Amino acid sequence: MATQTAAGTGRAMDASGHRRLTGRKFFLEVGWRHVVGVLAVVYAAFPIVYVFSAALSSRGTLTGSNRLFADVGLENFAALQDTYFWHWTANTLVIATITGIGTVIMGAAAAYAFSRFRFSGRRVGLTALLVIQMFPQMLAFVAIFLLLLGLGNVVPALGLNSKLALILVYLGGALGVNTFLMYGFFNTVPREIDEAAKIDGASHSQIFWTIILRLVAPILAVVGLLSFISTFGEFIIARVILQSERNWTLAVGLYGWVSDLLEARWGLFAAGAVIAAVPVVLLFLFLQKYIVGGLTAGAVKG
Amino acid sequence: MSSPQAPVAHADAPTAPPSEPTGRRGRRLSGDSHARNVTRGFVLKLALMALVNALGVYVVLAAWAEDSYGILWAMVALLFAANYVYFSRRAIAMKYILPGLAFLLVFQIFVVGYTAWVAFTNYGDGHNSTKQDAIEALLVQNERRVEGSDAYPLTVVQQGDALGFAVLDGDVVRAGTAEEPLAPVDDAVVEGSQILEVPGFEVLGRDAVLAQQAEVTALRVPVSDDPEDGSIRTQDARNGFAYTSVLEYDEAADTMVDTTDGTVYRSTSDGTFRSDDGRTLNVGWRVVVGAENFVTAFSDARYALPFVKILAWTIAFAALSVVTTFLLGLFLAMVFNDPRVRGRKIYRSLLILPYAIPGFLSALLWSGLLNRRFGFINDVLLGGAEIGWLTDPWLAKLSLLGVNLWLGFPYMFLIATGALQAIPGDLLEAAKIDGAGRFRTWRSVVLPLLLVATGPLLIASFAFNFNNFTLVYMLTQGGPRFADASVPLGHTDILISMVYSVSGVDGSAPKNYGLASALSIVIFLIVGTISAIAFRQTRKLEEI
Repeated sequence: MATQTAAGTGRAMDASGHRRLTGRKFFLEVGWRHVVGVLAVVYAAFPIVYVFSAALSSRGTLTGSNRLFADVGLENFAALQDTYFWHWTANTLVIATITGIGTVIMGAAAAYAFSRFRFSGRRVGLTALLVIQMFPQMLAFVAIFLLLLGLGNVVPALGLNSKLALILVYLGGALGVNTFLMYGFFNTVPREIDEAAKIDGASHSQIFWTIILRLVAPILAVVGLLSFISTFGEFIIARVILQSERNWTLAVGLYGWVSDLLEARWGLFAAGAVIAAVPVVLLFLFLQKYIVGGLTAGAVKG
Repeated sequence: MSSPQAPVAHADAPTAPPSEPTGRRGRRLSGDSHARNVTRGFVLKLALMALVNALGVYVVLAAWAEDSYGILWAMVALLFAANYVYFSRRAIAMKYILPGLAFLLVFQIFVVGYTAWVAFTNYGDGHNSTKQDAIEALLVQNERRVEGSDAYPLTVVQQGDALGFAVLDGDVVRAGTAEEPLAPVDDAVVEGSQILEVPGFEVLGRDAVLAQQAEVTALRVPVSDDPEDGSIRTQDARNGFAYTSVLEYDEAADTMVDTTDGTVYRSTSDGTFRSDDGRTLNVGWRVVVGAENFVTAFSDARYALPFVKILAWTIAFAALSVVTTFLLGLFLAMVFNDPRVRGRKIYRSLLILPYAIPGFLSALLWSGLLNRRFGFINDVLLGGAEIGWLTDPWLAKLSLLGVNLWLGFPYMFLIATGALQAIPGDLLEAAKIDGAGRFRTWRSVVLPLLLVATGPLLIASFAFNFNNFTLVYMLTQGGPRFADASVPLGHTDILISMVYSVSGVDGSAPKNYGLASALSIVIFLIVGTISAIAFRQTRKLEEI
């Protein structure tokens, strides 16, 4: 830790001078923290251990999963082959990836405009974005459903049960969610850089694509990832829009397994959950520092 | 995963490769008229705009064909805006805002406005469409075979995927499908009273007809575009009978008349046909009903009590979720905020696992763990106790809070750690020099600073949990059900899941878009008010 903080202890310790504490004193000062830590880790991790065990259990039922690692096999993973699971996975990845990229590009472009240009309506626009941010899009899912009902009559590809329509709906939420966060980050890039480039003859679009976007790369990664992750787990709009089983996303599909036939499909669900969660978790842990930075700055993860 | 944007190590690593300057609509080139610029960027912009215009014009034409003028004009407006913005030299800022703004306008701002409009209508089952559509549907639904009418020799035909009939009317063969009214067909091959070939249609054999018996007997081929002319139907796939509606619509008087018993149904202002003795026809149309939906939510016996309970629980759930997760997260942050504790990085990585897992998976996983008979908690940890964690009204609420605690404490842990570490050490030292004890320092220095730093995030967390549909729906589906309600609502429903159940979009309850939208508006108002007050409050905190 870089900053010296002795908040909880009250007893200032020189960071370099490691005095060894022993016995009772060690426990009172530091040791109990490890006890709390271990308990907390057990609390945080036991459902995760359980789901791994259930995924590997060859019985595939909820009861059968209760004896942890009693029988280990890959039957559940193999059985996913006979379901729509891989369709759902592909759908989810495609939808979340396109939404993530679209969100980053559109949000960054808007943040650039608000940060670098002075135009009439700028203040109103920024305030409006702050206000819109308070109202999650999913609150209007009934109207979204009805809108797509009407759109589908005109252009079937944009109607209900269309993945493209779902992506468009998600992109509708793009500007409202994290533009403000990006705007703040864009403001930290000195304007002198733009001006220097402008004097060298760069157009505003060149400045945007080749200079600014690189300087704000960390925030782009954060916003893109958070958008990806929240789209990955979005349920209500996906459930309302996607109707045929083949088009479902993982959230809709796995919910179906658990709610319909809890007993019978438990092993399948556990295996699917492991496959679905592992990449997201790894991504999260790997980019922890950046995501956490974004979260504490006010970004949203669904 | 996909879109691996790896360049996190260096702030200047490339995210958007310059060699691929696409964007959504080529912004490579502005109105700048440097000749050297009229190369790749300009061509790209032209190509993208051509594509956008082509798609737009397609939508406009399709909307024209379907008489959807709302979509038509919206699309025309968007196209004009796009072309103006990208080909004008003046609206530079707009070039960057428009793509996001267009989506925002349609899929967020418009839908909110649309929600507000639907909230004041009776849109839903029985009131799905316009009056014109309702009249047609009524005429079609109430068709009876014309008494004593002759049978027409009939053959089942197919056009594309659509089944249809060909009938022999005297010497003329007429053919049509459910969508296409009967029309005379030239050059049909007829032998006796059997139709053998119909140009433009495929005649189905006996086996094919038997295979689709149910579809064939349910098929209705209209005689003409006017539903009052009736239709042809068949029971045996050989003989077709003329059906006409027993209802007659009198346009001048705006009434429906039942020709069998002479009952007159008058059109009413609430979008139905009602007879003088109070009977109504089952298809109505969409009308503006004013504040009726709001009145229903607050005072109708079926909804009012559940609504109040659900509202109270929603607020309690959101508030308690924030408080519990924050307290646990803060506690852990304090525990680990000591440089002498080794392995803090490992602890941290393990502790944020619940947060890293997609929320819907956790909720589903916990619904299994908490299962009454077979769940791990009851079966193993509690030695076979059958505790209804998700089926008892109070325990289900407790379970929701417990699962949300598991889901949410890592986030609070992270932000509390960040906030604690951001408190300058000299402040604490100054407090110590002034003679403040541990507790006093904590209460008067650390806590206020902590709340200033995390306040807005706590409010955001409250707003998020206020609408935490995924968790509630996946864990309990709002259940256990209220005993006293005829509506599909339960003890753990929050407002947003109530909207979902009432709307009937999943087909488990009659659709009532009007009431659902009215409830959405209520949520909008509550969330908006809370956010506004709270943000004002935190700004005050910052000023201190």
